[in-house]
Formats: sequence, C-alpha cells, structure tokens
Amino acid sequence: MIRLQGIERVFRVGEEAVHALRGVDLEIEAGEYLSIMGPSGSGKSTLLNIIGLLDRPSAGRYALDARDVTGLSDDDQARVRREKIGFVFQFFHLVPRLTAAQNVELPMMLAGIAPAERAKRLAQLLGDYGLSDRAGHRPDQLSGGQCQRVAIARAMAMQPSVLLADEPTGNLDRHTGQDVMAVLEAVHHAGGTLLVVTHDPEIGARAHRRLRMVDGAIAADERS
Amino acid sequence: MRAADLVQFAWRVVGGYRTRTALILLAMGIGVAAVIAVSSIGEGARLYIVNQFGSLGTHLVIVLPGRSETAGAMPGVLIGRTPRDLTIEDALALKRSAAVRRLAPLIVGAGDIRAGALSREAPVLGSTAALMDIRHMTLSQGGFLPEGDPRLSQPVCVVGAKLATELFGTRPALGEWLRIGDWRFRIVGVLAAQGQSLGFNTDEIVIVPLAAAQALFDTESLFRILVEAKSREDISVAKADVEEILRERHEGKRDVTVITQDAVLATFDRILRALTLAVGGLAAISLAVAGILIMNVMLIAVTQRRSEIGLLRALGATGQQIRLAFFTEAVLLALGGAGCGLAVGKLGQLAIAQLYPNIPFTPPWWALVAAPTTAIVTSVVFSVLPARRAARLDPVQALSKR
Ligand SMILES: Nc1ncnc2c1ncn2[C@@H]1O[C@H](COP(=O)(O)OP(=O)(O)OP(=O)(O)O)[C@@H](O)[C@H]1O
Ligand SMILES: [Mg+2]
Repeated sequence: MIRLQGIERVFRVGEEAVHALRGVDLEIEAGEYLSIMGPSGSGKSTLLNIIGLLDRPSAGRYALDARDVTGLSDDDQARVRREKIGFVFQFFHLVPRLTAAQNVELPMMLAGIAPAERAKRLAQLLGDYGLSDRAGHRPDQLSGGQCQRVAIARAMAMQPSVLLADEPTGNLDRHTGQDVMAVLEAVHHAGGTLLVVTHDPEIGARAHRRLRMVDGAIAADERS
Repeated sequence: MRAADLVQFAWRVVGGYRTRTALILLAMGIGVAAVIAVSSIGEGARLYIVNQFGSLGTHLVIVLPGRSETAGAMPGVLIGRTPRDLTIEDALALKRSAAVRRLAPLIVGAGDIRAGALSREAPVLGSTAALMDIRHMTLSQGGFLPEGDPRLSQPVCVVGAKLATELFGTRPALGEWLRIGDWRFRIVGVLAAQGQSLGFNTDEIVIVPLAAAQALFDTESLFRILVEAKSREDISVAKADVEEILRERHEGKRDVTVITQDAVLATFDRILRALTLAVGGLAAISLAVAGILIMNVMLIAVTQRRSEIGLLRALGATGQQIRLAFFTEAVLLALGGAGCGLAVGKLGQLAIAQLYPNIPFTPPWWALVAAPTTAIVTSVVFSVLPARRAARLDPVQALSKR
C-alpha cells in the first residue's frame, strides 16, 4: 500500500526553481493496476522515481506498507527498494556484457541469496517469461521485446509487491508493446501492484485506475 | 552481497572489456617486471662480488705495505708515502699469532715466459706452498710448490691451465722446462681451469717459489701477505695481532695496511644493496604511474557505466556495494598485472642469465614482495576516488541518459 501526502519536488536549475511535483496526494491499494498519463514534462517520471525510492521529495510524506520511508537513510531505502519494488524502463537498461540469465540473476546476487536458491528461482523466472531458450544470449543478440521481457523478469526476481514501469512500450512497435503489456498485466493478475507511465492512450486505457498529470499535479483520477 | 558474487561480478567486467583489461595488465606488468628485473641485476652483481671474494679464500686477512687512511679500500688502489717494505721476516713473524692458521707472502710481477720457440707475457706470482690452500686453488696435474724454508729458492713452477696449453699444446706440460727472463724452471704442477677471480685469471699465471721471484724481479719487498685466520671469529684477533707484531718490528710505526676480507665485502655489500634498492625504487615509480592509469581507467568506467550504476541502484544496491564492486575490479586488475609482471620479470631474468651465465641473477626477496604489493596497494588507493564517485552518482540522473 502506497500513501503520498503533499509531495513536492523542486529542481534547482541555476537560479530558477523547477516545480516537477506540486502537492501530490495519492493513495494506492495493494494489487491495484494504475496508468499515469500526461504531457511531456508533467512530472510522471519524477512521481514514479519517488514512489520507487530512487528520488527524495522536497517536501511531503511517503508511507509504504504503513511504514514512513521518507526519512530513511540511502542504504535503508536501497534495502526497501530491493525487497519491495521492481523497475521497468523504456530503454530496458540491461547490462550489455551479461547474458539474459545473468541480468535476471543480478538483484538476487545483490540481495545475497545463496547460489542454489538463485539457480532454482532463475530457472523458474526464465520459464515464466518464455526466456529459457535465450538464457545464454547477451542483450545485443535479443530483440527489443525479448530485452523488455528480460527486464521484467529481472524486476520480478525479488518478488516485489510493487512493479513500476516508465514507458515500458515506448521503444517497441505496437504489436510487441501489446505482448509486453500482457506480461506486465500477468503480474497484476498474480496480485501485484502495477504502475505504468505511458503516452499511448490505448495502453493507458487498459488500467483499472487512470491518473492524468498536468504541470506537476494530478489533474484527473478515474476508476473503472 | 556474497564475496564470491562480488568477485564474479568484477571478473565479468574485466572479461567484458578485453582491450581495456589488456592495457592495464600491460602497464602493471611492465612496472612489476621492471622492478623484478632491475633488482635481479643488482642482486646478481652483489652475489657475483660476494662469490668472487669467497673464491679469494676464507677468513682472509690481507697485509699490504703503506698506510691507507680509508679503511676497507680496494687492495692496490692505495695512496701514501713510500712505505717501508714488507719482508719475508715480517711474514714469518706473523706466525706467532695464535689466531693465524697459515700465511702466504706474495710477490707479483710480469714475466716473459718462454718454452722452446714459443714466448708469452704472463703474470708471475712468487709465493709459498700455503698459497694453494689459502686461495683455494686446485691442481689438475702434479703438485704445488714444495714446502720448506721460503728463503730458499728452487727452480720449479706451477702454471695455469690456459698458459700450459698455449705453451705446450696437447703435449703434457708436466716435467717440461720453461724460461722466465734468465731463469729456468721445471713445471711441477698444472692448475685446474678456474677462471677469473678478482682481477686475476689464475688460468694464465705462473707461480714460482718466493725466493725465485725475489731474484727474478730483484726485490726484497713483498706485494702482499695473505693471512688465513683460524676461524671467522678469529679474523679480528688475527688482524689486531698482525698490526701489533708489525708495529713492533717496524719501530713502533703503523706503516702497513691490514684489510679483512669481511670489511671489504661488507662495504661492497652495502654499496650494491643501496644501489639495488635505489634502482628498484625508481622502477617502483612506474608502478605508481600504473596506479594512476588504473584510476583514470576506473574514472572513465564510472562515466561509461553510468546507466549500469543507476540500474544497480534501482535494483537495490547500496552505495557500499557499488564501491565494493569498483574496488574489487581494481584489485582483480592489479592482481592480474602483478601476476603478469612476476611472470615476465622471471622470464627476463632467465633471459639475462642466458646472456651472462657467470652472474647469479636472482630477484631479492624484498623485490618479489614489494613489487606486487606496491602494484596492488597503489591500484586500491587510486580506485578509492572512482569508487566513491560511482557510489555518489544520483541514480535518477544516471538512468535518464542512455
Ligand atoms: N534532474 C532534473 N533537473 C532539473 N529539472 C528536472 C530534472 N528532472 C526533471 N526535471 C524537470 O521536472 C519536470 C518533470 O520531469 P519528468 O521527467 O518527471 O516529466 P515526465 O512527465 O516524465 O516527461 P516525459 O513524458 O517527457 O518523460 C520537467 O519540467 C523536467 O524538466
Ligand atoms: Mg518521463
């Protein structure tokens, strides 16, 4: 469960202050499927980064699973991120020198999970995301859709409760994009919370709850 | 994160950027190899000189006429007033000392050696039977100079191996006569081939009885007295005794120089050790340079791998883990470089040993320890800055650029 209260994010660019977020209040229940849309520069990515504990708000409070995480140290935030949050990016961000399997294994390695347990989970993940026959390929030997699937498998490796996707289909053709959305939605069907930032109205419309951001604030919050 | 995983992660980075890795290994390797090779040469020279002194004889005390102010100077490079001569009587008097095992007075000159029609210029040594044991000489044929009163001359001589073949070819030299100046000597022994020993090639000399040499060169005065002490501990006693006996005999004047082999050896030892350290230290600077190279490479890596660092943060890596990852990478590179360097240095040492088989080139133990240690320490020290920079990277910004 995510609860944001009066979140502000101000960037200083030289003399000027850029208000990326202005007093955002937001509550998201566990298991919700949200889409966030809005014009470029409206603060969608900034909001997602704050929810993912990659960025700190300039003001406001953030509680994750009923625990205030606003004031946690960097390292504590890293641990919360490791256990509870999965990220998927527009540009996949796979480590180019590592194979698909090694990329998926990465978060488990960082968490210090024993090799035997890792191998078990890895086989399961590769199977779940249809990557078993691509396990030994490096990113430059994979298609865009396959890359994004590796990235999703990696995001899910630590079985997080929240999956954050920033324009996950932004770099894919329409058909592949649909595939990737289906993979993401499977996470939601399994009970996870899913947040998707997108510019594609068709994809945005698939979510059960649709936020519209304008100029750093939530302008609309529709449910169906 | 487990240590094994950390190493594996860094290992994949090192293996993933082959050219970069190869260049660093090269730089580190050259540095380490240079230290090893240079210090091997220095140590080789030191051991060479130590061995040369060893071949001179053990527990040796050398007496030479004239007073030298510099203790431990090279024999033969002495300055001073025309000294009072050393005589056979002086030499024989030294036997009074209980610390002296044996002694050999020595006269050296150059002579025209003739055998039949062949003629050759060669160093002529006049001495006594004791010389053989004091100088550790070995014979291939015959015997050495006869024992007996050194004041009596006998027309016999011992020749070096090379001189023997030069004068007599394959014919046996033993029992033949040769002529030195106006005197005739019968060859009673031939020295075994021994080679160079501190300036004297014993393969090319003729040794005659002391009295014969005195007549030959028309001189009473000795060039040296070689005294062998009974043991290593007796060397200093022998030295003091020799000085005292000769002072008494020379009306209370200290007009001889007494050198112990130990003192000379210690001087050489010190000089060469210092030299080796200095040159090795210079070579070690190249290791520091290699460390700076590692720093540069790691700083570039931080810039190049910005998005990877951002990603690791997004996956839950702490700043500490990022630092450790970069650190481990630097250490792996340094270990590899040190390993390459040790191997190349060893090969280089073997190569020089092939060229100069007489000199015992071996890297001193401190170089074997210090060179790789310096390599690893510098690269660890120099990777602190890049590692910290990587850990401080703002993950959002790191991820925002492709
Ligand atoms: N590091 C930064 N420094 C300064 N300004 C920033 C920084 N990051 C974001 N901003 C500003 O904050 C505002 C919101 O940016 P954000 O990236 O959240 O927008 P967005 O909605 O994700 O846009 P897009 O759809 O183009 O991705 C923009 O005006 C942007 O210029
Ligand atoms: Mg954005």
